[in-house]
Amino acid sequence: MAMQLIDPAIIQQRIQDLQDQDLYIHLEMTTGAYASHMDSTKHPAATFISNALIRYTTGSISEKAPHFRVGLKTEHGWVYSEGLTHYEESDRERLILAGHDTQGKLVVAFQLSKEPF
Amino acid sequence: MMMTIPANSRVLVVLPHPDDECYSLSGTLAKHIAGGGQVTYACLTLGEMGRNMGTPPFTNRVDLPRIRKGELEKSVAAIGIQDLRMMGFHDKTIEFEDRVVLDGAIHDLLTELKPSAVFTFYPGYSVHPDHDATGAAVVRAMGRLPESERPPLYTIAFSHNCTDEIGFPDTENDVGDFLQNKLDSIHAHRSQFPSPGELGKSKKMDRELRERFSRERFWTFRDFPRS
Repeated sequence: MAMQLIDPAIIQQRIQDLQDQDLYIHLEMTTGAYASHMDSTKHPAATFISNALIRYTTGSISEKAPHFRVGLKTEHGWVYSEGLTHYEESDRERLILAGHDTQGKLVVAFQLSKEPF
Repeated sequence: MMMTIPANSRVLVVLPHPDDECYSLSGTLAKHIAGGGQVTYACLTLGEMGRNMGTPPFTNRVDLPRIRKGELEKSVAAIGIQDLRMMGFHDKTIEFEDRVVLDGAIHDLLTELKPSAVFTFYPGYSVHPDHDATGAAVVRAMGRLPESERPPLYTIAFSHNCTDEIGFPDTENDVGDFLQNKLDSIHAHRSQFPSPGELGKSKKMDRELRERFSRERFWTFRDFPRS
């Protein structure tokens, strides 16, 4: 396992490879369960959806480093994520993207797979 | 009041995440085990929704459960815990879990093990929703036991308002002889915590670690629902 900084050309290709098929998505954003315990001015927010089935007809990643956006157009709507920084280079079957803050804490996760996570 | 747990008896620890044990009660458990006691640690989840991935990242959301399971096993070995039960619930979902399933799993442990003491979080004063929900589930499960068969329940709390509302911990345990176990337990959770320091590096650091970690404190929970 080796998370690498996102190369948008590589991710764009992988997004296209996964297009037009049923996929499981894990989509997540979190400020951490301790956000407001550490600093009461911080708003604790977290949300995730795990292993929802989706299929997209068009998908792309933005081009400008270091914080990337991904958008997938589905039959009835959209999937959107911003703040992605890393991808799992060694995983060829699944698309595993994450956004980490400067302390290495996960803020965003965006994952697609043909099998449930 | 100093903690007294019968020697050679079995205690049950119910916590939701790998690493919940290390700062709170690893010294107490190591001490109990050194005195001939048995410990069952029911860890409800694998902390698979944790956020610390390292800089640069050494893991990812998919691989994190494997990493944290390894850390949990290392911590358990450092403490000497004989019986680790990984209960298979999902991180962040304890408050939403089917109560029949959750309470039933804890009740089964209580009836199987007949522990002399139980450790968990104080519901409502433990910051993380999984901590509060785990404590609440243990309270409900223990509430189903006849009062005469109910062992003492020692709880951990650390919300900012906890001492205002539930007072100070009523039970204290001197674990000064088990600092190395405690530090090894903390260090086992490498993905989660920076090192608080090591013994034997300097007299100053030894003194600071001793001051910080030699006492573990608990609230004895008594407010069980009437069945």
